[in-house]
Amino acid sequence: MTIPASLITVSYLVAGVLFILSLGGLSTQATARRGNGFGIVGMLLAVAITALGHVSSFGLLSGAIAVGAGIGALLASRVAMTGMPELVAVLHSFVGLAAVLVGIASYLGGHASPTPTEELLHQIEIFVGIFVGALTFTGSIIAFFKLRGTLRSKPLLLPGRHALNAGLMAACVVLALRYVGVPIDQGLPSLLIMTGIAGFIGIHIVMAIGGADMPVVVSMLNSYSGWAAAAAGFMLSNDLLIITGALVGSSGAILSYIMCKAMNRSFLSVIFGGFGADEGAKPKKAAGEPEGEVTSITPGETAALLRSAKNVVVVPGYGMAVAHAQYALFEIAELVRKRGARVRFAIHPVAGRLPGHMNVLLAEAKVPYDIVLEMDEINEDFPETDVVLVIGANDIVNPGALDDTSSPIYGMPVLEVWKAKATIVMKRSMASGYAGVENPLFFKEETRMLFGDAKKNVDAILTDLRSEGSSAAA
Amino acid sequence: MKVGVPKEVRRGERRVAATPETVARLIKLGFEVVVEKDAGAGASFRDSDYVGQGASIASSVKQIWQETDLVLKVQPPEHNPDLNEHEADLLREGGKLISFIFPAKNQELVERLAKRKATVLAIDQVPRITRAQKMDALSSMANIAGYRAVIEAASFYGRFFTGQMTAAGKVPPAKVMVIGAGVAGLSAIGAARGLGAIVRAFDTRAEVREQVQSMGAEFLTVSLSEDGSGSGGYAKEMSKEFIAAEMALFALQAAEVDIIITTALVPGKPAPVLITEDMVKAMRQGSVIVDMAAESGGNCSLTQPGQVIVQHGVTVIGYVDLPSRLAPTASQLYGSNLTHLLADMGGAKSFHIDLEDEVVRGAIVLRDGELLWPPPRKEAPKPVERKERGPSTPPPRPKKAEESAGASLAVIAVTLGLLLLAGAFAPAVFVGHLTVFVLACFIGWQVVWNVSPALHTPLMSVTNAVSGIILVGGMLQISGPVASPVTILSAIAVLIATINIAGGFLVTQRMLKMFQR
Repeated sequence: MTIPASLITVSYLVAGVLFILSLGGLSTQATARRGNGFGIVGMLLAVAITALGHVSSFGLLSGAIAVGAGIGALLASRVAMTGMPELVAVLHSFVGLAAVLVGIASYLGGHASPTPTEELLHQIEIFVGIFVGALTFTGSIIAFFKLRGTLRSKPLLLPGRHALNAGLMAACVVLALRYVGVPIDQGLPSLLIMTGIAGFIGIHIVMAIGGADMPVVVSMLNSYSGWAAAAAGFMLSNDLLIITGALVGSSGAILSYIMCKAMNRSFLSVIFGGFGADEGAKPKKAAGEPEGEVTSITPGETAALLRSAKNVVVVPGYGMAVAHAQYALFEIAELVRKRGARVRFAIHPVAGRLPGHMNVLLAEAKVPYDIVLEMDEINEDFPETDVVLVIGANDIVNPGALDDTSSPIYGMPVLEVWKAKATIVMKRSMASGYAGVENPLFFKEETRMLFGDAKKNVDAILTDLRSEGSSAAA
Repeated sequence: MKVGVPKEVRRGERRVAATPETVARLIKLGFEVVVEKDAGAGASFRDSDYVGQGASIASSVKQIWQETDLVLKVQPPEHNPDLNEHEADLLREGGKLISFIFPAKNQELVERLAKRKATVLAIDQVPRITRAQKMDALSSMANIAGYRAVIEAASFYGRFFTGQMTAAGKVPPAKVMVIGAGVAGLSAIGAARGLGAIVRAFDTRAEVREQVQSMGAEFLTVSLSEDGSGSGGYAKEMSKEFIAAEMALFALQAAEVDIIITTALVPGKPAPVLITEDMVKAMRQGSVIVDMAAESGGNCSLTQPGQVIVQHGVTVIGYVDLPSRLAPTASQLYGSNLTHLLADMGGAKSFHIDLEDEVVRGAIVLRDGELLWPPPRKEAPKPVERKERGPSTPPPRPKKAEESAGASLAVIAVTLGLLLLAGAFAPAVFVGHLTVFVLACFIGWQVVWNVSPALHTPLMSVTNAVSGIILVGGMLQISGPVASPVTILSAIAVLIATINIAGGFLVTQRMLKMFQR
């Protein structure tokens, strides 16, 4: 079957526009679903027109697509919302792997280019595409295991890791020089070795990044997966791949930037910093062991405080996700709201392990999105807040970030919960957060610690509130 | 320009349109002020106090009406029993008048004034916009009325408002319910709270909840949700179901509270009856109801406008002159409202009627006898007056755009340089792709900044799905001989890219379904 080349081009253009509309639709909750629809239509169009225009072995194609779609649908329907970060990471790795495969196939396919310059460019495109793809693949796999908890989230810092990275990069450049301009069978070994090295760099970079920086890593890998697709577009002279890859790449880059901004750190320091690790033996503790007593509280007392409060703010963190406490938490919020109090949720940009992670979890528990506020929207309201409920969050409510210059997280904007009349922190123990920093909040006079499993405690508070509610109604 | 302040003729009206203090301000604005003899007596201002501030005193009523350019009054002009003449007819031809007019209710009066070729501004028609708050006499009077309503209630109520523990035993605090949390209602809440009572308030407009709570009262709600915000900060009429639910709430509360203060008014309609005789019967002996809507018929079915009655052991106060019962303060605030309006209109020297001025356009009823009321309808913005706090969602800040401005400038410079380089050396096909690539980066950059932070996870999963477009790369190379490495690699690439596409889109759909208001 032949389809005019112009029709294919125009279809690709339409698909590209649909993808742009898809991302644009996500700007508000109201249009988000339509945006996703645009994306689906664009993808179907792209696949259909490519199949009609370029593919002759339909059996193989439809087989591969059917199997892939089946696996994808299964993953999507099975994943719990708390497992979103893992799913996103593993999907990134697929894009990376696909980019590597497409790149190698393109190299082996070896269509002759009309001029030596174009041939050279083509080879460089393949090289870069495979490099980025391999990096994305292995990096995402490591991120996946770290998010699952299979690998320790503590950063693994090899001695001289900066030198190691630089050396590996240099090796890639050398391999690139050996690879260009030679016949395929001679160039292939260099290409494969480079693939291996790129994969190792991916592993190494992500291994060195601590748990608290995971949102940055995931968005960075998101970005890489886009660049990998764009590189594939260059090597195959396909504008649709270029457009889409660029869209995804810049999207991921912006997310990384936002996350870094939220932690007041530069992108490079996140990627190469090994944040929160014992760099040498810095006298972290000596700088200022927080003073004061830790006051603990029981779920019953917490419920009593909530009952008398008029203005309540809930600050969820990754701990809420781990404990699956969002449903019970929302029930508490509803009960307190029914009593006439104002309840809102405050979301720090880097709460959780994925940008926007907390929003998704709260949405899952049917928390209306207009009572879920961003840090900037709510920070100035804390002085008028009666009770703040911090659940499974630590570094994002650390006052040291504002006033303790020796603190590793100094300068990071945080939710200023200590300004409220009372702050209840639900926590398993006195252990420090991912950043490994002591939190002076716990020692403040207005702070009460509610130790124990977050889910159990939230349930206990809920039961207490409910029992009081029914006796009042009787 | 000469301003005249006559003595009010309405029986029981103690207010006056100018106090010695506002006279001083008027004179500062360049006006010459003539006050009728004993005009301020009801509000405890002596003639000598006015003279002391520079006003002159006229003993004849006619002198005030005939020989001044502008008459300031409180009540709308009415029949003067002493002269047996209507005040409107006293106004000299082409004279000016500012007072309460209520033109919708008093059409006859407006016609009468029109015959005098009068220019009339109705202070009650000053639009409720932020700028005009200092001229809003309705609000200042409502504020006083709300306060006075509580004082009246306290004087008829035989117990403490505040709870006390004394050596002789415990006295429980009074429970007050305020219906309607407008200016009067909020003021009543404040006064009752100040006396130590437990205060609850009800309003059909959900937006006032915060204001009620900020005054220290509990906000009562019915289980039905319907917002009763009408235009101009007033409530609108509610549905039958809502009224039924509301009545059930009032019946429940009536048995519990000691004082009920009602302020419910719907503009242009008789006041809704909210407290029925049965509810009054259910109230404790000695309870008090203050019906601030008495003038419009009353919110309580037993209300007698202008009177205090006792029925079923409950005192029902139907005073229609609550502001006048606090005459000195009411006169002071009213006089200030007038002064602000006159200052806004240019003072004495450049006094003019500017119909472009939203406030004047709203308030003016007649210009040289020509009827200009009602003003042309404008799309009324949501009232912001009396709001202690802004809406809870601030407008989106343009901060991000600013922050990225420097960065994008650098990006533009670098890409321009690279493009020039590519243009000089690279083949045409490559440059074409590069153009597409750079433009797409920019579009992505622009589009993604608009994504709401709450949707960052869905954004990620959707970009994830979209980056599955690498599938096309596989498809382009899948058609070789089946056993060749190129075909096999491509098929695998297609397979895993499809996992991405299906998984990404489906999981996004799942997530987005959960987001709800």
